[in-house]
Amino acid sequence: MSAVIEGKGGFRAWLNKRLPVDQFMEDQLTGYYAPKNFNVWYFFGSLALLVFVMQILTGIFVTMHFKPGEDTAWNSVQYMVREVPYMWLIQPMHAVGASFFFIVVYLHMARGMLYGSYKAPRELLWVIGMLIYLALMAEAFMGYVLPNGNMSYWGAQVIINIFGVIPGIGEALTEWIRGDYGIGDATLTRFFSLHVIAMPFVIALLVALHLVALRQVGSNNPDGIEIKDRLAANGKPVDGIPFHPYYTLKDIVGVGLFLTAFAIVVFFVPTFGGLFMEAPNFEPANPVSTPEHIAPVWYFTPYYAILRAIPDQRLGALLMGLAVVAFVFLPWLDRAQNKSIRYRGLLSKLLLGMFFVSFLVLMWLGLKPADPIYVTLARICTATYFAFFILLPFVSKADGNGPVPERVTYHAH
Amino acid sequence: MSDHAADDTVPEVDESRRKFLIAATAGTGAVGAVLTAVPFLASWMPSESARAAGLPTEVDLSKMEPGQMTTHIWRKKQIYVVKRTPEMLASLGNHDGELKDPESAESTQPAYAKNKSRALKEDVLVLIGTCTHLGCLPKTRFTPGDTTIAANWPGGFFCPCHGSKFDLAGRVFEGSPASVNLVVPPYSFTADNKLVIGVDATAEQGAA
Repeated sequence: MSAVIEGKGGFRAWLNKRLPVDQFMEDQLTGYYAPKNFNVWYFFGSLALLVFVMQILTGIFVTMHFKPGEDTAWNSVQYMVREVPYMWLIQPMHAVGASFFFIVVYLHMARGMLYGSYKAPRELLWVIGMLIYLALMAEAFMGYVLPNGNMSYWGAQVIINIFGVIPGIGEALTEWIRGDYGIGDATLTRFFSLHVIAMPFVIALLVALHLVALRQVGSNNPDGIEIKDRLAANGKPVDGIPFHPYYTLKDIVGVGLFLTAFAIVVFFVPTFGGLFMEAPNFEPANPVSTPEHIAPVWYFTPYYAILRAIPDQRLGALLMGLAVVAFVFLPWLDRAQNKSIRYRGLLSKLLLGMFFVSFLVLMWLGLKPADPIYVTLARICTATYFAFFILLPFVSKADGNGPVPERVTYHAH
Repeated sequence: MSDHAADDTVPEVDESRRKFLIAATAGTGAVGAVLTAVPFLASWMPSESARAAGLPTEVDLSKMEPGQMTTHIWRKKQIYVVKRTPEMLASLGNHDGELKDPESAESTQPAYAKNKSRALKEDVLVLIGTCTHLGCLPKTRFTPGDTTIAANWPGGFFCPCHGSKFDLAGRVFEGSPASVNLVVPPYSFTADNKLVIGVDATAEQGAA
C-alpha cells in the first residue's frame, strides 16, 4: 500500500484513491468508443459545448458592467462598449455568440434528422436535446430584451403578449410575467436574474444529462447502424475508435474553423447586415414608437412567420408553439427500420428536403414585412412544415426498410 | 445491555405502517413545497408602486380639432383619443360585412361603449392603442381610399407589425391576424370636455 503511494506517480495514485480522475477520463474519453465514420456534421455537438462555455465566459464580463433596469440598461451597454477597455470586443462577442449558438444548434439538429439519431435507443437523448433547445430560446429571448433597445422593447411586447391569447388567464398572466402593466423595471430585473442565474444553471444541467445519455447509448453515425452489434475480441466495437485522441483531435480542427469564422464576424461584420444585431436596437426603447417593421432575431423567424401567417391569433399562437414542440415527437413519428437517410427511399429524401426548405423559407419570410405576397407564401410553407410531421409516419414506414451494410462506410484517408 | 439485537435477525417490518408513514411524510412535504412556492410566484405580481402608477389619466378635449387624434399614457399603454367628424361616423355603417366582429360581441369594451360607434359620446373615440394581435401600435391611416392599405379603404388604423386593419371605431377587418376589435378602456367625462381614462362612467352618463 505505502509502496504504491511512495513510488512513481505517487501523487496520481493518492489523488485517484480520493477522486476518480483516471477512471473518469477512461469512461468519458479514452475508453468511450465512437463510430469511425463521422463526417463534418459531427463537429456541431462539441462546437455547441464550446459556444456555451464562450457565452458563460463573455457573459460574466458583460455582467460586470451591465445595470439592468428601464433607465440604466441602455446607457450601461453604451458605456461599456465605448469607455471600458476591450468591452467593445467582449460585448459583441456575447451578442454575436448567441447567433452562432443557434447556427451550431440548428446544424446539430439537422444532423440528427438526416441520420435518424433520434430513433431508438436514442429517444431520450433527443428529447433532452430538445429541452436544451427550448431553454436556449428562453435564454436568448431574455438576453435580447435586457439592453432595452427599441427592438428589445417591442420584441418583448410581442412575445409576452402571445401568452395573452390564453382564454381567461391570458391578461393576468402577461401582467405576472412583466410585473407591471407594461414592460418596465420589474420586467428587466427579473429577466436579468433568469438570464444570468436560472437559465444557465438549467442549461448546464441539461447539457450534463445530454452527455450522460450519449455515453449510455453511444453516438449514432451517418450510416445509422449500431456499431455495438459487432464487437472485436477486446469487447470494443470493430467500427469504433476511442473518442480521445481521435475525435478530440478532429474536433480541434472544427474549433479552429469555427473560431476563425466567429472572429471574422465579430471584427468585421458584427451586426451581420442587421441579422445578428438589428438596426432599431441601436436606439433606446421607446414605448410610443413601434419600429416600422418588427422582426425577431433570425433564429426565431421561422416560428414568427407561422404566427403571422394565421389570420386568427389563438390558432396562430397554438401552431407556433406546436411548430417548436413538434421535434420532440420525431422518435415516435418515424416508423422506419433504418435510421439514416442514406438507406431510405426517394420519398423520404424528398419529404425531409421539403421540411428543410420550408424551415429556411419561413426563416426568410419572418424577416420580411407582412405584405400579402409574403403572408401567402408563409401559409404555404406553414402547410408544408406541418405536412412533414403528419406524413412522416406513413412515408417512413413505406420506404425506410431497404438493405443496410453490415459495416459502416469508411474510406481511409 | 446493548440496543443492537443479539443476533443478526431482522425484526419483522409492519409494511402497511411503513407505507402510511412514507405517504404521510411525502404528502406533508409536497403540501409544504407548494405553499412555499406561493410567495416566490406572488413576488412577480405588479408592485404597489406599479399599481399606483396605474391611476386614472385626465384629458382636456376642448383644444381638439374634429378629425384630430391625440395619444395619452394610461397604465403604460398608449391611449388613442380621436375626435371623429360626422363623415368619419357616417363611414362606419358601410362595411359591416367586411368586419370580423361588427357588433363587438367578442371584443372588450365597457358596456356603455358597446354600441355602433363604440363610444360613450359618439364623436369621441377612446381606444387602447395596442394591437389586439400582439401589442404593436397601430398607425393612423385616416384618409379614405388609401390604396396602400386596401382598395376601398374607409379610413382607420393599420398595424405595421403584422398588417391588422381596423376601422374608425377600432373594429378589425377580415383577413387581419388580430381576431378582435381594439380594446376600449374604462373612461368617463367629468365635464363636457374633460375626459378621464381609467374611471368607468356612471349609469346616468352611460344613458346619455
